[in-house]
Amino acid sequence: MARVKVNRAGFALDVQLDVDEGETVAVLGPNGAGKTTLLRALSGLIPVVGRVELAGEVLEDSRLRLRVPTERRQIGLVFQDHVLFPHLTVLDNVAFGLQAQGRRDAKQVARRWLERAGLDDRAGSMPRELSGGQAQRVALLRTLATEPRLLLLDEPLSALDVTIRAEVRRELARQLASFRGVRLLVTHDPVEAIALADRLVVLENGRIVQSGTPEEVTARPRSRFVADLAGVNLLRGKSHGDHVKLANGSSIAAPDAGEGDVFAVIHPRAVALFLTRPEGTPRNVWQGETESIDLHGERVRVRVSGQVPLVAEVTPSAVRELHLAVGAPVWVAVKATEISVYPA
Amino acid sequence: MTKAVVAMLAVVVVAGCGGSTWTGYEPLYPPLTIFAASSLQPAFDKIGQKAISQHIATPSFNYAGTQTLTAQLLQGGPGDVFASADAAHMTSVDSADLLAGPSRIFAHNKLEIAVGNGNPKGIQTLADLSRAGLVVVLADPSVPAGKYGQQALSKAHVTVKPASLELQVTGVLNKVALGEADAGIVYVSDIVTSGKVDGVAIPDDQNIVADYPIAVLKSTQNQAAANAFINFVLSGEGQGILKASGFLGV
Amino acid sequence: MVLAGLGLLFFLLPLAGLIFRAPWDQALAGITAPETATALELSLFCSLAATAVALVLGIPLALVLSRTTGNLRNLLRALTTLPMVLPPVVGGVALLLAFGRHGLVGSLLYQAFGIQIPFTTAAAIMAETFVAMPFLVIAVEGGLRALDPRYEEAARALGARGWMVFARVTLPLLRPAIFSGAVLCWARALGEFGATITFAGNFPGRTQTVPVAVYVALETRPDSAIVLSLILLAVSLAILVGMRDRWLGAP
Repeated sequence: MARVKVNRAGFALDVQLDVDEGETVAVLGPNGAGKTTLLRALSGLIPVVGRVELAGEVLEDSRLRLRVPTERRQIGLVFQDHVLFPHLTVLDNVAFGLQAQGRRDAKQVARRWLERAGLDDRAGSMPRELSGGQAQRVALLRTLATEPRLLLLDEPLSALDVTIRAEVRRELARQLASFRGVRLLVTHDPVEAIALADRLVVLENGRIVQSGTPEEVTARPRSRFVADLAGVNLLRGKSHGDHVKLANGSSIAAPDAGEGDVFAVIHPRAVALFLTRPEGTPRNVWQGETESIDLHGERVRVRVSGQVPLVAEVTPSAVRELHLAVGAPVWVAVKATEISVYPA
Repeated sequence: MTKAVVAMLAVVVVAGCGGSTWTGYEPLYPPLTIFAASSLQPAFDKIGQKAISQHIATPSFNYAGTQTLTAQLLQGGPGDVFASADAAHMTSVDSADLLAGPSRIFAHNKLEIAVGNGNPKGIQTLADLSRAGLVVVLADPSVPAGKYGQQALSKAHVTVKPASLELQVTGVLNKVALGEADAGIVYVSDIVTSGKVDGVAIPDDQNIVADYPIAVLKSTQNQAAANAFINFVLSGEGQGILKASGFLGV
Repeated sequence: MVLAGLGLLFFLLPLAGLIFRAPWDQALAGITAPETATALELSLFCSLAATAVALVLGIPLALVLSRTTGNLRNLLRALTTLPMVLPPVVGGVALLLAFGRHGLVGSLLYQAFGIQIPFTTAAAIMAETFVAMPFLVIAVEGGLRALDPRYEEAARALGARGWMVFARVTLPLLRPAIFSGAVLCWARALGEFGATITFAGNFPGRTQTVPVAVYVALETRPDSAIVLSLILLAVSLAILVGMRDRWLGAP
């Protein structure tokens, strides 16, 4: 079991993170959330106020003024854009870490890794001769060859072409599965996170706002970022029995959630649009203005501003029937039963 | 390629400004450019001040090793008056048809051994200069003082292994004054005006007498003023200043 | 365009003057004259030695410079580039005051070991190093700052200690900067005059480098001076042309 706990002042990254051996944790968050800072802190490249522990060994403890330098932490760091040594061949790149360990068979071991990945025909190539995907795969091999205790991946796929991303992702998943050690991956791409991780940790503004399996996290988003990721509307307010009061004063009828701070999630498909004020049962009816209309596949997403800003998902024919246009007024209705409320 | 040329330029530029210039007040009276050997600097600076106060001219001095001045003049450098440290260089300039009139000798100088204050190494004669372990600095033979120094040494049948052949006599003086050299051969005038070194006289049978000629250059803008300046140098007052600086008058 | 042309002319004209006024019939005699060979040999030896010293001392200095920040860095930067703006003769005087027999360090050496530095070939090398090393330091420091720090981070993450990172990652990636810095340094050292004659003096075979020899020859044997200048020019040109763009470009 590995425990990694980091508190860092300065950039206000305040994170307490536990990762088990054999578990892949993806740290997900928007750009600027502090994900790369977290990785660099764990690598020992930037100092930490707090404590970092790996497999029982204290790597850093600011109170005890203890710090194990990067080169002795036995970590593996994979960068976004491979950062292969441009003046060394592919083989020398992969052998580098092994040579740093003093192994005399460094080159043979490196060659075996390349063979297993099907890249040994590129062993003599220079990094600039490789494609983006190949380079990233070599970067991964270079790190795995040293058999680190902690594998840190900084957005390993985001620099790749979308078309090869899937292929590299599959290989990455394969390699990670057979890796014994702690695996921490940071990314802003939810697909990457969900595809590779056992557990998601959502980081925003230097703080962890949510943690859980991918399914848990997307089912109950606790931040705009995750909500956008899951494609749902997320509102925040105070629950007073059968209605929720939002910050701007508007009120939503919702299933009873007692008293307290809550999140309210409304799926876009549950948002109905009308030209005129609708009759009937829905108690949640608001007027708004169409802000944007976007086609997503065969569905249309309509963003409506107003008292309760929401995104609705409708069919293209509905758009025509309702004469929806940007800037035009529109009525919005949501059934209370379609709203899911949970404590914040 | 540019770097080599710049390096070359640097060499030529430095070659050109081996000395210093002294400028007087705003030229109310005819400005003159005087090319003068560097050993003349202390004396000519004073002469220049007098020339201004007596409304003869406003001289600016281009001091450098005589060989440097000669090279400049031969390459076409413009000036009004040339005061050389030996006759040979004046002859070169004359042969190039650059003189407006015949040159005249205005001073003589003799050689003297310069040593550090207090003569710590106890040097008494030219022969002492060949002592082992002594750091002796001479002027390069291309400089008049250097040529004379060689003549004096051969007159005294002395062989010296100099540590350096300085490109200006003032270089020799400075090295001795700084304590980097134990001894050097310079002009009597250099020692008189320096004050930072002591001198050891060279007997007349080993010494040489240097003639300092002065002449007006063809490129002069004001022949009358140039002549007036030379006359002043040759006058009792001018000669007095020269003698006070260690030169021998004419 | 006009201004660029003027600039080019400014460089070319002195060169042309040198070539056209050269006494080609005496050139051969000039080249083979012993004084010429001596001065040339000495110049090459001293300038290469100065470059070697600059490499050994300058690269670590550039490393330190690139890693410091703030006021300390500004101070260090000013100190290392001072020789570039100082008139060479002033540099020579400074060297005398430091390493001469009565100098700060020189006096200790003289009293303890009887070592006299001025007027020796070593002094010529020191003078050249003094004026030329800043070129190397600046070039290498520039190269270091342009270097992506992640290469070194990747190396460290792979377990490489300080020396291995430097020797196998930093240094090879710095090669173009080191090379161009060394060439600039060598060219400057080759052409050095003022500091050399002030600190090392002038003596054929020992301290009379080609620039000094040219100066001496200018009056007595001007043709010889021109020939010497041309030789230096040819040697410098040959080396600079041999150093192709490839070496100056990025890795």
